[in-house]
Amino acid sequence: MTSATHIPAPAPFLLTLWRDSNIIEKAAALVGLALVFMALLAPLIAPTDPLAQSLISRLRPPLGFERYKDGFYLGTDELGRDVLSRSLYGLHLTLGLALAGATIGLLIGGTLGLIAGLRGGWVEDAIMAAVDLQIAVPFTLLALLILALFGSSLTVMICVLGIAGWEQYARIVRAEVRRINELPFIEAARASGGGQRYIALTHVLPNIVSPLVVQFTLSLSNIVILESTLSFLGLGVQPPTATLGSMVGYGRDYMPTAPWIVIAPAVLIILVTFSVQILGDWLRDRADVRLRDR
Amino acid sequence: MTAYILRTLLKMVLTLFAIITLVFFATRMSGSPLDTALGDGLTEEDRVLMIEYFGLDRSLWYQYLAYLRGILEGNFGLSFIERRPVADIVLERIWPTLQLLGSALALTLVVSVPLGGVAALWRDSWIGSAVMGLAFIGYAVPNFVIATFMVLVFAFSLNWLPVVGNGTPWHFIMPTIAMSGVLIAALTRFTRNAMLDVLGQDFMRTARAKGLPEPVVILKHGLRNASVTVLSVLGMQIAGMAAAGNVVIEAIFSWPGIGELLVSAAIMRDYPVLQFGVISVAFAVVVINALTDIAYVVADPRIRMAKG
Repeated sequence: MTSATHIPAPAPFLLTLWRDSNIIEKAAALVGLALVFMALLAPLIAPTDPLAQSLISRLRPPLGFERYKDGFYLGTDELGRDVLSRSLYGLHLTLGLALAGATIGLLIGGTLGLIAGLRGGWVEDAIMAAVDLQIAVPFTLLALLILALFGSSLTVMICVLGIAGWEQYARIVRAEVRRINELPFIEAARASGGGQRYIALTHVLPNIVSPLVVQFTLSLSNIVILESTLSFLGLGVQPPTATLGSMVGYGRDYMPTAPWIVIAPAVLIILVTFSVQILGDWLRDRADVRLRDR
Repeated sequence: MTAYILRTLLKMVLTLFAIITLVFFATRMSGSPLDTALGDGLTEEDRVLMIEYFGLDRSLWYQYLAYLRGILEGNFGLSFIERRPVADIVLERIWPTLQLLGSALALTLVVSVPLGGVAALWRDSWIGSAVMGLAFIGYAVPNFVIATFMVLVFAFSLNWLPVVGNGTPWHFIMPTIAMSGVLIAALTRFTRNAMLDVLGQDFMRTARAKGLPEPVVILKHGLRNASVTVLSVLGMQIAGMAAAGNVVIEAIFSWPGIGELLVSAAIMRDYPVLQFGVISVAFAVVVINALTDIAYVVADPRIRMAKG
């Protein structure tokens, strides 16, 4: 037995998942796919340049309302920019940032968890103390501090989102590593002379993939919420670049007269968090029984 | 048990110390705080004065020790913008924040304990699913989106509720609801799980067997036993969530509390205020966590025995 992975081949696996999901989960999967495509294809399908201003067509309402201006299906904002195009680009950036953040969190937390689980001793104690600290302090506060100190740029934002959820991965990986380390096949690998790093990468890692995938999906929704909250407060990516959160934030000033500027991105945020969260719960229930009710 | 309490308190002190250290070095890592905070708006004279006042020409370790000493002496620094002690600024903000937190926590308890109980009792019927669906919505919709839609409907469309400030009881309605959303979702789930645990216990069967009416069994034996878990969750998890939510909600509704102070300090880069604000909120959360942990152990004889 060279590889100990128990994950079935991708196509039938996805097919099975689809078959035993209920109508809400199917809808979430479809909405999620649609959102991903919209985000990926934003540069191609956006009707106009998201930054193109047009002062004569400021604050125009969406299709079907009085004063609608042809071509701006979801209306325009205070600078005459197309709300639909901006929302698509905002979605693009929001999902991109969330993916980048979750990936960094996975890499940091996964590595630290792996080290803690395999090394043990004071290294493990130190890493777990850091995990406890991260859990104890509400992260939004630290994020405020970091963004104020290092400025609000894309890079800083990605770093903030990256360190937002690492402790979850570290906990999961450490617990799994310790569990797996006791199993006979690891003992066998060690007995046949496998080194620490070799065992970690070829035997331990493949066996903790499924809890990590579940945690990754669940954390995406939290990261989207964190990013859009910070951007909403004006501490995220700076204008004219917009994420969904900052569109809601800056659009608030025009809410009494032009609510569509806020409604479009806000609805997209809800769709993103809903579909991601439903998919995460669904994956958790199907793929890994041990993570249930968390 | 004394050993456990001492260990919890020691851990609390270490955590507080780590937070101060973390915040201090994060602040200094970004370069000279004067440049980040004030930038060009500083004359050469002021600059020299401030460098001297904050000890910025000394080594980092010296500054760190000086900062620790300042904290022990109750000197937390001066605001860059308002030029007065940050402790005064933060203190003025505590009462409005406590009012908002209090009303949000009250609403959370009043709504989620019955909801969680209902979801546990009718777990297999549509009622249970409906409650958990509601809880799911509370989890998935960010609080600022709830707040924005409420403002849109109740303030701008219907003109029923005020948006800015904390002047009248009417001002409490929207911030309280927006803040409670995610807390209610979380506490409902926890209450449901705690109730489910209790409902499966032997003493529930005993209570029924000795002929007690069902409402008494559920309320007196069920809910009362579940409430220990619920209260501990309130202290352990909800405290942190409330602190985070408070920041956003206060900023949206211009609530004159600590959350609003932190956001405006972050935007204006008034780092002494931000530093002290973050430290004090984190302190509050950590202390509440530790006290809840201890209270939980003291209240529940089973855990008291297990933890020595």
